[in-house]
Amino acid sequence: LQFPSPPNYARDMLFFSFFKTLVGKEVVVELKNDLSICGTLHSVDQYLNMKLLDISVSDQERFPHMLSVKNCFIRGSVVRYVHLPAEHVDTQLLQDATRKEIAANKK
Amino acid sequence: MAVNLSDPYLPGAISLFEQLDKHLIVVLRDGRKLIGYLRSIDQFANLVLDEVVERTYIQKYYSEISHGILLIRGENVVLAGELDDTIETGQIKVSIDELHRIEQSMEHANNDAPGGSSSKNDLPLDEPY
Repeated sequence: LQFPSPPNYARDMLFFSFFKTLVGKEVVVELKNDLSICGTLHSVDQYLNMKLLDISVSDQERFPHMLSVKNCFIRGSVVRYVHLPAEHVDTQLLQDATRKEIAANKK
Repeated sequence: MAVNLSDPYLPGAISLFEQLDKHLIVVLRDGRKLIGYLRSIDQFANLVLDEVVERTYIQKYYSEISHGILLIRGENVVLAGELDDTIETGQIKVSIDELHRIEQSMEHANNDAPGGSSSKNDLPLDEPY
């Protein structure tokens, strides 16, 4: 597989880096079609696509096709929310990182 | 093929790379569910699926339509789930006609209920978004 290499941005990586700190933690991803998926974050990429392991689905009756699925890849573009465990999020660190990123982008 | 997982610029489909040749259920934005073997991916999550069946669910019943090999444009993909064929779902496969009949009988049951249809009996719709 040959992937083209993108230009060297320092920007737009903040949330990618943030999600990388959440790998291994349990999150709930709410999709734009109202499906909510709880699972362990296995991996994330620059588009904020995610792979979740050991998933459980909010409304099994409404989404019967998810019954046999244990792991899934979720396209970043269809995510509405990612519900985070508060104990694993350092909001102070996030604020500092945001200020740094904005400062870096201004240059 | 060595893939450097620590490279932050590795394009979007790294999570899908591990699913190659696996039996997947792909949910599309229009609500369709396509089941097949993942043969190829790219950075946009465009997918090539092999031995594809399109599955339609009405509660615990489902029917399937075969589609052969499909190339799916990535923007239509909601999720791609790895199918665990060892899990007993209790779901029942029926023919397409049978599913249609089940769907119609449920609509009639809804309409005949006193006081109109309640949302509890609604078919579990996978609305397109």
